[in-house]
Amino acid sequence: MTAFILRRFFQAALVVLIMSFLVFIGVFAVGDPIELLVSPDATQIEIEEARVALGLDRPILGQYWLFLKNAAQGDLGRSFVYNEPALGLVLARLPATAELALTAMVLGLAIGVPLGTYAGLHPDRPLSRIVMAGSVFGFSVPSFWIGIMLILVFAVTLGWLPATGRGETGTILGIETSLATWDGLRHIALPAINIAIFKFAVSVRMVRAGMREVAGQEFVRYARAKGLSEARITWVYAFRHVAIPLITVLAMELGSVLAFAVVTETIFAWPGMGKLIIDSINQLDRPVVVAYLMITVMIFVGLNLLADLSYAVLDPRLRQREGA
Amino acid sequence: MADTDLTAPSRWRALADTPTALALQTFARDRVAVAASAVFLVIVCAALLAPVIAPQDPYDLTSIDILDARLPPGAGGWQGNAYLLGTDGQGRDMLSAILYGLRTSLFVALVSGAVALGIGMTAGLTAAYAGGRTDALLMRIVDIQLSFPTILIALVMLSLLGRGIDKVIAALVFVQWAYYARTVRGAALSELSREYIEAARCLALSRRVILFSHLMPNALPPVIVVATMQIASAIAVEATLSFLGLGLPVTEPSLGLLISNGFDVMMSGYYWISIFPGLALLVLVMAVNLMGDGLRDALNPRGRG
Repeated sequence: MTAFILRRFFQAALVVLIMSFLVFIGVFAVGDPIELLVSPDATQIEIEEARVALGLDRPILGQYWLFLKNAAQGDLGRSFVYNEPALGLVLARLPATAELALTAMVLGLAIGVPLGTYAGLHPDRPLSRIVMAGSVFGFSVPSFWIGIMLILVFAVTLGWLPATGRGETGTILGIETSLATWDGLRHIALPAINIAIFKFAVSVRMVRAGMREVAGQEFVRYARAKGLSEARITWVYAFRHVAIPLITVLAMELGSVLAFAVVTETIFAWPGMGKLIIDSINQLDRPVVVAYLMITVMIFVGLNLLADLSYAVLDPRLRQREGA
Repeated sequence: MADTDLTAPSRWRALADTPTALALQTFARDRVAVAASAVFLVIVCAALLAPVIAPQDPYDLTSIDILDARLPPGAGGWQGNAYLLGTDGQGRDMLSAILYGLRTSLFVALVSGAVALGIGMTAGLTAAYAGGRTDALLMRIVDIQLSFPTILIALVMLSLLGRGIDKVIAALVFVQWAYYARTVRGAALSELSREYIEAARCLALSRRVILFSHLMPNALPPVIVVATMQIASAIAVEATLSFLGLGLPVTEPSLGLLISNGFDVMMSGYYWISIFPGLALLVLVMAVNLMGDGLRDALNPRGRG
């Protein structure tokens, strides 16, 4: 068990290191940011001074080494545009994105898991067919298109909900969040639904497939023969088996919300990380792009690691095999 | 189709027992999948024939009249010509723009899909056949890549490469190859233990002949399903990237860019500039996906009957 955890940790660290190199080399290939930062009438000497000040005069590997050393101390460079630490800039936007992602995730699961279970247990009922058709729609239609439709229907035509911004924020447990005020809740509704529709589609399909498989197995029939209630059979016996694949997918989906947030935040002008990265890409703000990517990579690898470890907790077979 | 099979001469009856024919029969019985295929065919034809059937060449500035800008659907232009789906901010006929946009979207998706399939298939077959370290290394790369969402990788690639149709295709190939590699490897591994592969090995056929002439055709069914789904996903990803302003340049507007142009003025009530290209995208992606669903049911022998 310990060996298993250690190996996973080592692998995760390796992936982060490889990714940091790829990100750095990749971002290095973007156009010369110096041209954007100095005024057009700057002299050659001024340009060179700026280059040295920003560390852009060193060879790539030298810059990478410097980057790694600084990164280990939490310093991912200063934004060229805002002249603030890039890491702080990205982290300042993290709560807005996290709040959107978690709200969407909870919403998607709260609808997706019960409906998926129902569809898995009664595959031929009309409601199941409607749910499945809805899920095909939910994951095949690009999310930006759903976002546009939500705005058109609920913001433009009906005028029920606001379409842009985060609204008024309040504090819950010291965290500034839109969930604390009515105005904030109204603002988060549309972007959260936008992302939740996709999460709903994924979880419905996962749970349905899992339930269908488990429902026919002997331990379920045995539990029924013992006279246990259907609710207990479904949620205690069968659902445990569905939970394992669901958790992996969820860990990855939580990460992928970050990617979807880029699209959703752009459409709804939500002031999170996603909007920041699009703006930074357009402004060639290298350190911010690097900081965003590094944080995203860490979140991803971390979530995957958590999913792997939770396997071991949920699946005793794996625990025994790895322990042996 | 089922009827002709019953009355057909014996020669056809023999043919009807091949796996391909069985799969086709299952597919033909799936009404949703058949309808989706028909819709897809119509869209492909419309896109191919765009220069012939479009009322206007949306890229020919002389045929566009700025006086007709932002006309609602069905309105007539000042020269008496009607615009079925309205016009955009430059007075471009939306129907024509959509037909040309479909062309671009389909082109990008199909080309990137084909290239990714080629690379992924080679990688997958190599991994399955070589096994050992080659397999472990290739699949590790695939695993790592697949743990990141498609749209994020494409976004990063394009932010590095810049805009352009070739760059979008490159980014789409990069994000798709891993799906093909994993599918092909899985299918190939289960085929490798079959007797005909052993027979081919005993005949001392070259590795390339075994891989591409014997193994590949048999490993194909799951790949076809994945390919269909990937094409739908490629269309959606390309549209998303173009919508974000990172995909195709303004000179080759795909559906995503048309939607993005319309989105800017949607709040002012010009809904049709965004909605119609969006509907076209929706129908296209849904058709391809439903077709893929039908293919999966048809090609999976366990699901038959």
